[in-house]
Amino acid sequence: MQFFFEVLIGGLLSGIMYSLVALGFVLIYKASGVFNFAQGAMVYFAALSLVGCLEKGAPLWLAFILAFVIMTLLGIATEKFVLRKMVNQSPIALFMATIGLAFFIEGLAPMLWGNQVWPLDIGLVDEPIGWILDRYNIVVSSFDLTAAGLAMALVAGLALFFQYTRVGRALRAVADDHQAALSIGIPLQHIWALVWAVAGFVALVAGMLWGSRNGVQYALTFTALKALPVLILGGFTSVPGAIVGGLIIGASEKLAEIYIPPVLTDIFGGNFGGIENWFPYVLALLFLLVRPEGLFGERHIDRV
Amino acid sequence: MFYRETGQFKTSYAADQQIFPIRQDRIGIMLLLVVAFVVVPLVASNYWFNAILIPFLIFSLAALGLNILTGYAGQLSLGSAAFMAVGAYAAYNFQVRVEGMPILASFVLAGLTAAGVGILFGLPSLRIKGFYLAVATLAAQFFIVWCLTKFPYLSNNSSSGVISVPGIEVFGMKFDAPQERYLLVLAIVALLALAAKNMVRSTTGRAWMAVRDMDVAAEVIGIRLMCTKLLAFAVSSFYCGVAGALYAFCYLGSVEPDGFSLDLSFKILFMIIVGGVGSVLGSFLGAAFILLLPIFLDIFLPWLSGVLQLPFDGATVSHIQLMVFGALIMFFLIVEPHGLARLWQIGKEKLRLWPFPH
Repeated sequence: MQFFFEVLIGGLLSGIMYSLVALGFVLIYKASGVFNFAQGAMVYFAALSLVGCLEKGAPLWLAFILAFVIMTLLGIATEKFVLRKMVNQSPIALFMATIGLAFFIEGLAPMLWGNQVWPLDIGLVDEPIGWILDRYNIVVSSFDLTAAGLAMALVAGLALFFQYTRVGRALRAVADDHQAALSIGIPLQHIWALVWAVAGFVALVAGMLWGSRNGVQYALTFTALKALPVLILGGFTSVPGAIVGGLIIGASEKLAEIYIPPVLTDIFGGNFGGIENWFPYVLALLFLLVRPEGLFGERHIDRV
Repeated sequence: MFYRETGQFKTSYAADQQIFPIRQDRIGIMLLLVVAFVVVPLVASNYWFNAILIPFLIFSLAALGLNILTGYAGQLSLGSAAFMAVGAYAAYNFQVRVEGMPILASFVLAGLTAAGVGILFGLPSLRIKGFYLAVATLAAQFFIVWCLTKFPYLSNNSSSGVISVPGIEVFGMKFDAPQERYLLVLAIVALLALAAKNMVRSTTGRAWMAVRDMDVAAEVIGIRLMCTKLLAFAVSSFYCGVAGALYAFCYLGSVEPDGFSLDLSFKILFMIIVGGVGSVLGSFLGAAFILLLPIFLDIFLPWLSGVLQLPFDGATVSHIQLMVFGALIMFFLIVEPHGLARLWQIGKEKLRLWPFPH
């Protein structure tokens, strides 16, 4: 039972990390209706920029700000050179364009900063928390807990930003209806550039946390693939959905990885590791059959 | 001047309904087939067969499969490589496990197996659409590749799922030399392309397009959504499956599950975007373009680095390739969303008037 809880808690905490990436998707989707496949590449790019600035001798806070500036520039460039030209095209065409964007960024990032695996030290240590270990005999990584706390703070901050600032209100208006927002004088293009900048910021935080755990490397782009099932489970348009979806996916995939392979081995023999690569997808797929719009997604009504 | 249909009158329904209603098109396609079947095998070298022509035909077939699903029926799929994998492994298993199985029969059975798997993973499309479906097809991609790696039965107990195919023999004739394999692939691809061209002009194809344009409206005018969508998944997976079988048997000879990765799926998707979404010709043009581009860059970039005195190492070249790929995809989607096939069509329209302005 202790082992079960340990796996569960580990899964939940890593689920928060997935949520962090999924959050970037949700922000852009909500504000512009673009399903941004390049979010994973942006995480990679952000983390590389951060490490690159650190390598040049900047202190962490300065490197963070510089990386944020770089991500903002990238977002503005994307808006200006790709999205603005594709107004009125179908959402699927926009989606495919972001796949192109993902490839572009994946090529650009190592060109700028080099393609070796960088270690990233942000002053967090990855060791079990003492008193929980003593009291309940469960290993909970302090790193994971801090990361989860950071993620939660980020989500709360974003929620406040959306709710109480002028820009946040404009963002929500754009998300509701582009045309109506335009007609009351909200500058759509500024808002979109801003959303991409915010998504870049989220990518930066995600890249920093993932990178300091596994090293900054190309594999960071795969975080997007982890975030996709989280998205369809939680619904594309919902920030709480991204969080809850992340928790469910994180916990269930770790549990599945531990408990399913022995069963399969009993039946078929052989080694059945690596279930966590596809399990979230199949789980999300089964879930979609019951609720096609995800947990918190908006119910979509088709009209002819 | 040469490309003008003036004076070609249609006097029967058959003439009205033929695939190429313009005589010059018919002559052109005949010439193309003659070149492909007769001239090319005589003049091309082994490098051309192995590195360009055979993969080009196979990827065209896979792109055609994806185009049927995405371009005609409007269901975006990111799992085409997985269906190729199903085809490759099914063909291998039929060959190895059934004594005296003719190779062509195992190709067909491989296609049918892939079609079955395609229907299974197409089922969610009845409930979900758009991005949700695209992500759902990723489930097929990861799950199938995992299954092929982990279940030893599927790869005849070889280590880590690598299969090496036996030699190809059709009606007692061996197909070992590159040109023989090329001819086999060409014949299959030509046949399937003809079938696809006819299918998209038929009731089925029109139903697919109606579903693509708006599925609720299609349902209202009496198209059965379930049949239409599942048929699109089945046919598309059949094409991908046969392509996968050819990929294993006629191109590589030995494949592993990881070879059918998400990257390959994206590559096939890029082929149809560049070539033209919803066009049979586009699948071929796109496959040629995506296949030739890396070869071109491999030659061009070192030359460029020589001219500009810039040191490009191998890694940089591969990064530039990624960037060029990504930029091209965005460029095509912005400038010409209908791809190379549309450019070809515009060219033909221009040619009809040339040399007159109107």
